[in-house]
Formats: sequence, C-alpha cells, structure tokens
Amino acid sequence: MKLLENGKRLDGRALDEIRDVKIETGVLKRAAGSAYLEWGNNKVLAGVYYPREMHPKFMRDPTKAVLRCTYNMAPFSVDDRKRPGPDRRSQEISKILSEALSSVVLLEDYPDAGIDVSVEILQADAGTRCAGLTAAAVAIADAGIPMRDLVSSCAAGKIDGEIAVDLMKDEDNYGDSDVPLAILPRKKEVVLLQMDGKMTKEEFKKAYKLAFDGAMKVYEVQKAALLSSMDSVEGGE
Amino acid sequence: MELEGYLRGDYIRNIIKEGKRLDNRKFDEYRNLEIEKGYVGEKACGSAFVKLGDTKVLVGISMDAGEPYPDSPGQGVMTTSTELRPIASPYFESGPPRQNSIELARVIDRGIRESGAIPTDKLAINDEKVWVVYIDIHILDNGGNLIDAGGIAAISALLDTRMPKFEDDTIIRGEWDGKLPIECTPIPCTVAKISDQLLLDPTQDEEYAMDTRLTIATTDTINAMQKGGGFGTLTDKDVDDAVELAFSKGNEIRKLVEG
Repeated sequence: MKLLENGKRLDGRALDEIRDVKIETGVLKRAAGSAYLEWGNNKVLAGVYYPREMHPKFMRDPTKAVLRCTYNMAPFSVDDRKRPGPDRRSQEISKILSEALSSVVLLEDYPDAGIDVSVEILQADAGTRCAGLTAAAVAIADAGIPMRDLVSSCAAGKIDGEIAVDLMKDEDNYGDSDVPLAILPRKKEVVLLQMDGKMTKEEFKKAYKLAFDGAMKVYEVQKAALLSSMDSVEGGE
Repeated sequence: MELEGYLRGDYIRNIIKEGKRLDNRKFDEYRNLEIEKGYVGEKACGSAFVKLGDTKVLVGISMDAGEPYPDSPGQGVMTTSTELRPIASPYFESGPPRQNSIELARVIDRGIRESGAIPTDKLAINDEKVWVVYIDIHILDNGGNLIDAGGIAAISALLDTRMPKFEDDTIIRGEWDGKLPIECTPIPCTVAKISDQLLLDPTQDEEYAMDTRLTIATTDTINAMQKGGGFGTLTDKDVDDAVELAFSKGNEIRKLVEG
C-alpha cells in the first residue's frame, strides 16, 4: 500500500501536519472534571473523580495523593470487536498515562487521597494514547485540581521511509515505526516517551522533533478549550 | 515497602548529588554480568540464566505448533511473559500479573519483536500450523534493573534455542532439528535519572530514588523505547544522552551475549 503521493499523505496532509483536534470541557454531569476530544477520527472521553478515599488501603500514601488513570477501549471502537475489559496493552497504557499525569498534578496537596481519571476510547483511529492523555489533562484542569503545567501529547512515525507526524490508522497499520510523546508544554520536558519499530538515531531525532512540535499545536487547542470554559462561567457567551 | 523505599531513596539521592554511587561504580558502568546459556537444557528448547550484580533472572524458551494470527497467515508467533516470583522479593506476591510485570514483559517483547530478531516468516510448519515461540521470563532475585537483565536473558536464551523435531503432524519431544534462526541481537539499556544525574544499571536501592527511567532497545537501529518508573521528567538533552548511552553500552553487552 502506497502511503505517500507527491509528498501528500492518504488524507492529503503534509508530513508535519497533524489532524484536526477539537476539545470540549465539562461534558459529564457527575465527574469533577471532564473533556471530550475529537482528533481526526478518534473520539475520546475523559472524566476525573477526586478527591476520593484511596482503595485498596495499602496503596494509600500519607505524603501525597495517588493518581490512577484507567485507559479503556470500547468494544465497538475498532474494526474487529475488542473483548471488553482490561488487556495487557490497556494496562500498560494505563500505567504510563498515570505516571505522565502524576508528574504534573500537585499530589502533595491531597495526602492519603485518590484521584481517579478515566479515559474511554469511543472510536479509535491510531494515536489513542496521545488523544486520551491530552483529554485527561484537560479534564484534570477542568476539575480545578492544581497542576504545574498541562500535558500535551502527539506521536510521529515512519511511512514509506519518511518521518511523519500523527499517523492515522492506515498509516499506522502499514507504516513501520511509532514514537508517542507527551510533554509539559511550558517547561518543555518529556513525561511520556515510547517507541517501536526501526529507526536510526537521526530518524528518531526527527520524529521526536515532529512529535514535540505537534504536541505544542495540541497545547494551543487545550488552552483554547479551557479558556472558553471560563467564558461560560462568567456568562460571557 | 513505603518506609524502607523512602529512607533508602533519600540516602541514595544525597550521595548521587555528591557524584557517588553506593557501590562506587561510575554512572555509566554496569554491574558484573554473567550469562549461562542452556541452564535448563534438558527440557526447555532454549534457556539462559543471567546474573547482573545480585539480580538473577532465568529465561526459558518453549516452542509449540500452533495457529497463526488471522491477519498474519504463515507467520510464526512469539509471546513474552514475566513472572515476578514471590521468591525474588518480599514485595512480590502470587497472583495474576500486575502492571509492573506486564510493562516489563511488553518492553522486552517490543525490543525483540520490532528488531525482527525472530524471523516469523521462516516459522511456518505447513499450511495450517506455525511455530509459536514462548519466552518466559522468571525473575528469581530482584536486585534492580529487571528490564535489562530480563532482556539480556531473553535474547541469550533465544540464541540458545533448538527447533523441536516435527514429524507426522506431531512434535517429538527431546529430539531436535537445528537451531531457531535469530537475525540480530537486540539489547535493552535502561537509563535511570536520579537528582538530575543519568546513570546505568540502577540497583534496587537506586530504583527507590529514581525520578524516572528511559529504556532503549537497540540493534544497529533503535527498536523500542519506554519511559517509565516514576513521575520525573526528561529534557531534550536527557533523551539525546540516553540514546548515545544505549548504543554504546548495547554494543558492549551484545558481544557478551553473542560470545
């Protein structure tokens, strides 16, 4: 399958162009904070419940809150139905998303407490961990939980030998490498980094740079969504 | 664990700030590495016992005739599992794998799979059946840096693996038909970050102090990466430095593994 034609990708994007990202905050009534995100054909919902009593008890930390993020794919989110419930992939993603978000939330403010973040992938089209993390960071901010920074995320990969940002499903299936990245957009530091495939040092550096720049673009969308939720609080619409 | 980890971590962070390690190693120095291939050679198709300092890992390879994945007909299958056996640490418990052991297995798996070390296209047996390669990683004594110790043991065991004899649609156990072809030797290298210092091969005490880690599996290319192990962040320079370290240490360790 040919993934590049005259420098354009299957959906007409340039190599350094990310898909459209849309974010809406405060979409769930019961959660302390929430966000709905569309990223290309990905549709993701994130919700935060906090502060909660930490269960199981042995996981309680008297010095800080414990943040647990659960990433879950709906069975109908992919072409072949995904068996419901946690599998090894989703457990690994839950772990690295929890770590990425824990690096930014002021957990010391809530000793002994639990903060539960749910990420539901409703429709998947590659890049769901980045989309889920991006939505989760906005949901935490929407809940008013103190944070050092936002978390913004984007991936880059290799298609037909060229490094490209934000692969969509067909590119991900037939492409041969993937580098998901998440950063603190103001401090410019990395909170999530994975890679699989085959890349030289130079290719990796290029992919890292493209993913980083992509995440900075996503940051602008996150900021705009949070600012517009402030407008509606003041009745400014 | 919390109190012990908290106190030990605090101590380690302080001596690292002074430019030292508890065992006097340089920051880019591994502990003594011993690899014994064929450790359980009577039964397992391949095996390797690895000691990295006082971390001990045994990997066994089993091969079976099975069905390919529906989307990859004629392609062999590999699966990697880890067991953090209760014998290895007072903090390991029996039961289904938790997130730590799942991450461990998946990061090691990714390095081997993505490098193409196992040529799955050469593992078809007949029109229906393919070889399934099971990589089982048994952690026996946890002295830290399980990803590297486990990954080194896994590829060492694969290099030791014999193909079971297959006749009349059945496997003849105990008889062999050549070696499992292995195309390259992926080596995971984990770079820990403690008090803004990057260092290799963290001990368990250093893992208590660790802000974060970045594992990079290399051959002549990068095949897998995973940031994990804590809530700390990495700068651009940290990532660049880690890539350089992973390539240079990977080359050194590869010689020991292939030797």
